[in-house]
Amino acid sequence: MKSLALTLAAALFVSTAIAEPTATGDLGLIIERANGTVLLVDQSDRAALARIEGLGDLSHASLVYSPDERFAYVFGRDGGLTKVDIVTRTIANRVIQAGNAIGGAISDDGKLVAVSNYEPGGVRIFDADTLEMVLDIPTDSKTIGLVDAPGRRFVFTMWDTGETWIADMSGDTPNITKIPNMGDNPYDALITSNGRTYITGLFGEDGLTALDLWDENPQPIRVLPNYGRGQKEMPVYKMPHLEGWAHTGAEFVLPAVGHHEVLWIDGNTLTETGRTQTYGQPVFAMARPDGRHVWVNFAHPLNDTIQVIDSVSKEIIHEFKPGPAVLHMEFTPRGHEVWISVRDAGKVVIYDTHTFEKIREIDADSPSGIFFTARAHRTGL
Amino acid sequence: MADLKQKSQPTSGLLGRAVFAAALVAATASLASETLDPQALKRLVHQDCGSCHGLTLKGGLGPDLRADTISHYEVEGLKTIILDGMPDTAMPPWRPLMSEEEAEWVARYLLNPEITE
Repeated sequence: MKSLALTLAAALFVSTAIAEPTATGDLGLIIERANGTVLLVDQSDRAALARIEGLGDLSHASLVYSPDERFAYVFGRDGGLTKVDIVTRTIANRVIQAGNAIGGAISDDGKLVAVSNYEPGGVRIFDADTLEMVLDIPTDSKTIGLVDAPGRRFVFTMWDTGETWIADMSGDTPNITKIPNMGDNPYDALITSNGRTYITGLFGEDGLTALDLWDENPQPIRVLPNYGRGQKEMPVYKMPHLEGWAHTGAEFVLPAVGHHEVLWIDGNTLTETGRTQTYGQPVFAMARPDGRHVWVNFAHPLNDTIQVIDSVSKEIIHEFKPGPAVLHMEFTPRGHEVWISVRDAGKVVIYDTHTFEKIREIDADSPSGIFFTARAHRTGL
Repeated sequence: MADLKQKSQPTSGLLGRAVFAAALVAATASLASETLDPQALKRLVHQDCGSCHGLTLKGGLGPDLRADTISHYEVEGLKTIILDGMPDTAMPPWRPLMSEEEAEWVARYLLNPEITE
């Protein structure tokens, strides 16, 4: 009787599992830097579901999602590439692919995962299914700003040599195009969501450099050269990020390096349309998905504050202090809420983006990057 | 780390800082150690220096800072780099955010991560 009951219970458990498959469309992962874990969260329930352990050194980690929103590829600082199954909440596969990595991307068809490395400098491309290496592209430089581009391509840039390379993986043999003279010490780059414009920010000089990827033969286009002319440059305690590019309809808004301001650029002409003075040196300037507001966080030691800028008036309309060490923000796909990681408070805080009211806090262990699965369907994220 | 600055630099502004630095030179070791917060400094090293040098200090955009790698440096040399930065690199001067004494503690800590005070 006892065994029958057990069998029955097991059968019930199985049928329940089948009856309630995991829907992943509103899930996400939060990087917990300190102990090499990621937190699986549910955006609709505003809740943490599970902690997945064993991902190595996750300082400055990021991740991308498979097209089916089941797997996350997590790029760790220690060169670890970890494939996390968010349905079974386990690590599906893990390889140490380099000594020191900085980020990654997934191809438009979801078949290839590329990782950008500092040591050894270059990009390595892996089979998304098996994590076996498909191609090694040494660049003799620290490599930054790796993004996916339409047509099974990856684009990335060299910190040391100022070149951008386009790796076209669409044919039988890879084809690499090298574009020199992008500028002095590019520190990060972004690609617009239509995959047309690649913009790299420069640390070694004031300015940015764009490429028109629709051009047969893309050439560097200088954007806002000498934007800081005549202003005193301030020490940069944290490099800004361009991954969370903000596109507010007709304009981009980008963080300035070494200055307390964000720069507005016309999306068509790539000329300056304005500046907004900010509380500190911006790290992320991220547009709410509808583009109406831009949320900005700041570098150490002013990293306890967020400012919200209206993209029509370009004025700051809201400022608040979520807590010590605000590292990252992620909007819900349609932008009604935003999740903000507050590292030194050990919390992720959720806000209503229209009323700016705090909705909930979720405990997390030194949280940094927040990544919702909806990124799976967007170029450049 | 705003706390750090307030704790170690009771006066503000360039002049205040210079006066405070001069006072530090005259301070005895025991007095000086009371003004340091090793836990806050350790956190600064791993979390904020770690932005470029990695949480474990094995390097990133900035070089590897693990003790074995930098053992050829003297405390004084490291302290100078921390306070004044490295020209033509991304290493910023930390002088606006920390005292001479704090920089020296960080230099000693990098060379010998076992130290606790």
